[in-house]
Amino acid sequence: MRCDEVADLLPQIMDGPETADRRVVRHVEGCLRCQAEMVQYRRLLKVLHQLRAQGAAPPPGLVGAILSSLEEAGQRGAIRSVLTGRRVSYVGGLALAVGAAGVAGVVLVNRGRASRIGLAG
Amino acid sequence: MRPGIAPPDLVLLVARAKAGERWAFDELVRATYADVYALAFRLTSDVDDACDVVQDSYLRAYRSLRSFRGDAAFTTWMYRITANCAATLLVRRSRARHEPLDEDSVLADQRADNDPEAMAGVSLERDRVSLALQALPARLRAVVVLRDLYDLPHAAIADELGISETAAKVRLHRARRKLRERLYPTRAERVDEEPARAM
Repeated sequence: MRCDEVADLLPQIMDGPETADRRVVRHVEGCLRCQAEMVQYRRLLKVLHQLRAQGAAPPPGLVGAILSSLEEAGQRGAIRSVLTGRRVSYVGGLALAVGAAGVAGVVLVNRGRASRIGLAG
Repeated sequence: MRPGIAPPDLVLLVARAKAGERWAFDELVRATYADVYALAFRLTSDVDDACDVVQDSYLRAYRSLRSFRGDAAFTTWMYRITANCAATLLVRRSRARHEPLDEDSVLADQRADNDPEAMAGVSLERDRVSLALQALPARLRAVVVLRDLYDLPHAAIADELGISETAAKVRLHRARRKLRERLYPTRAERVDEEPARAM
């Protein structure tokens, strides 16, 4: 392999030699130019990793804004659940009333039949 | 902070928050928002955008907390949500501005103040890398930040950015190469650049 072919694949080797083509690894092992480039990639990755600790400071007031938006979302959720709960209880009550009326109707019909049979007998 | 809860005990706070205790989620926000903001800023390179991304991320986390199984750390889960929110915002922005999404273009930010080479004499190496990172096209910057700064696995990065794992790896390697060429050019690359500068 030539150095310019290997150069395209060097950033991949930084994920671990096992992820790279064996031929690339062999070339780098025997090529000072590519080894020098690898050193620069390692240096870059080391600095990139250090950057995590050097994060930008959040602007003042951000945490307050986050908590307010959560509060708002929480209240909206609570209102929604109250409304949903009311809807469920209305539907439940209605179903119960319909059921009770049905049972009462059946009982009345049966009583009427029984009294008619008693009179006939 | 409520008494009896040590600041770093995120696992306990997550459990309490999942049980519906709002104060526990507020404590999670307080414990992690600076780190989440730092990631959002790295991804967006803009203070206002970063703040929007952070707020969206916590809202989304709050709404989907029950789906958080705790396989990864809460912060890692937040990084993934943040990456997703930032990607959504950047796509929306690039569509609105009709910006080209060419990853092969030269580093986007050409302002002298942000030119890593111009700053070399006065800045530390980390500052130079940080500026070069900001100057990368957003799609390349996202993968290198999530992988090389925050150690997210390729599959997670691909998931959150809505691309294939192969595409995520290709972008990562392209980003690393651009940064290396910009910050640590080989002799041949320096020679190639000289005539261009002289013109």
